[in-house]
Amino acid sequence: MALPQKLVQEFDQLVKKYPDRKSGLIPALHRCQEDLGGWISPQIIEDLAAYFGMEPVEVYGVASFYPMFRLRPVGKHFVSVCHNISCELRGATQIMEHVCKKTGAKPYGTSADGKFTVWPVECQGACANAPMIDVDGVYHEDLTNEKVDAILGGLKK
Amino acid sequence: MKPFQTWLLDRTKNKDSHTLAAYKQAGGYQALETVLKKPMSPADVIQEMKVSELRGRGGAGFPTGMKWSFMPDPAKDPRPRYLAINADESEPGTCKDRVLMEKDPHGLVEGALIACYAIRAQAAYIYVRGEYRKSYDRCQAAIDEARKAGLVGKNILGTDFSCEVHMHKGAGAYICGEETGLMESLEGKRGHPRPKPPFPAMFGLWGQPTTVNNVETIFNVPFIVSRGGAWHAGIGTKASKGNFLCGISGHVNKPGVYELPFGVTAREIVEEVAGGVWKNRKCKAWFPGGSSCSLVKGEDLDVVLDHDALKTKGSSLGTAAMIILDETASIPQVMDVISRFYDHESCGQCSQCREGTQWLSQIFHRIATGQGLPGDVDALDSLAKGMAPGKTICALSDAAAIPTLSAVRLFRAELEECVRLQKDPIPYERVEYAGAH
Repeated sequence: MALPQKLVQEFDQLVKKYPDRKSGLIPALHRCQEDLGGWISPQIIEDLAAYFGMEPVEVYGVASFYPMFRLRPVGKHFVSVCHNISCELRGATQIMEHVCKKTGAKPYGTSADGKFTVWPVECQGACANAPMIDVDGVYHEDLTNEKVDAILGGLKK
Repeated sequence: MKPFQTWLLDRTKNKDSHTLAAYKQAGGYQALETVLKKPMSPADVIQEMKVSELRGRGGAGFPTGMKWSFMPDPAKDPRPRYLAINADESEPGTCKDRVLMEKDPHGLVEGALIACYAIRAQAAYIYVRGEYRKSYDRCQAAIDEARKAGLVGKNILGTDFSCEVHMHKGAGAYICGEETGLMESLEGKRGHPRPKPPFPAMFGLWGQPTTVNNVETIFNVPFIVSRGGAWHAGIGTKASKGNFLCGISGHVNKPGVYELPFGVTAREIVEEVAGGVWKNRKCKAWFPGGSSCSLVKGEDLDVVLDHDALKTKGSSLGTAAMIILDETASIPQVMDVISRFYDHESCGQCSQCREGTQWLSQIFHRIATGQGLPGDVDALDSLAKGMAPGKTICALSDAAAIPTLSAVRLFRAELEECVRLQKDPIPYERVEYAGAH
């Protein structure tokens, strides 16, 4: 299976930003993860390798270096919970427990219904509005358990 | 606190501050126009920057004008050259560049254009950490708007100055905030820092001359060009000129990102700006500028914030991201979190760092969870001394060692007590979960 035409067209524009087209690899990995199921499958690795003229293992070596790229399937909604210092000082532990309880997922795990993956993450740069979670790429800050309920409850099934 | 003038966050309070219309309304792009039409030569701009005594805001505090002057003379070295803007803000506690990018992205674009003009770069790449989606989108929208208005691209404002500004997204690795790791990452590789020399000004992005500057540093450029380097040099202390963005987090009543002049004391920031330590408690200890600075004791809040004064307390200004710990905070538990972070983020190239960060993390974790072994505190000290200073390709190893050494120096008794009691008297409440590195 090859990359969808839409992404190929996007990447053809993307690589023009750089004197060396390989510079587009990390942004391209992001776009694949966003559009093609929420994770970087072996197929995506092969397709991107073909697109960039690299060996699959080179692409894998890059993808596996960066914490934002997920190399295993994830739930429909991806919940990152900051557990670095500024958040920990203001109740990140309690938020983590609450998120796990609400979603039925354990840290670094996916809920049985496949709806949620919960991922502890390092500092997200929301320190002055701690604690925080990121749900599907959107920051939610100054959290309380009640706010977490509203955020998670408001997600589409 | 004495009254002081502000500029960094002023426009962020305006309605739709991120748009070109609002930016122009507030006088935006006039500095660029001055540079191009007066005209100022690139050397004139660099001279203004030197006069301003602006020091980089990414943590190292290197003089910006001097850094720019390291770029080779284009008559002798005609290679293409680049500006890389470090927006990979990842140092724990640091959340200041995000405010500028989300609320005043045109200020960054204008600064990037002037900087490119000064160092004769044909393009700027803004490397934003992948998690900062809003920052990325706002900056990209600002670039698109500026391009339509003839402010980015070919023949800017009808002059013969042409310059591109590109956004580039990282993917969550702290090490890519190190300038050579950033460049490797921008080239589509793992963010493995490069040995220096060669320095970026000679061998940077794609092997070409490159200058790497922090967002807040570049953001200051249009103001300095408009108002003059001497204006900027007239504010602050002997060591540090101008205003800085202070992100204060942790145990205070009003955490936030505040613009302050160098020379304020930490106590003024905590008590007058951030509303004091929360719950009427006392400050036990604090980090002046992110978790890779040395801890400072709570009784030393009267120190002035600048690049020199903090050295008298054995610490440093870093990114001016203050993290305040109240009297109920446990140093072993704080260090458990911080050392885990550096273990997670080590790129693994240098053995001192790859192994050292792991050992520090394991030892702090067992001390914090009541499983410390006799000799553990001495082991922390000797390990950290083996990791820094300057023993590795980049400073991540130092970043893990420095807070460790300060914790042992200032709070040895507390660490040893946890080992002796086989528990932390301050309850350990964190959920235990297996790490997925």
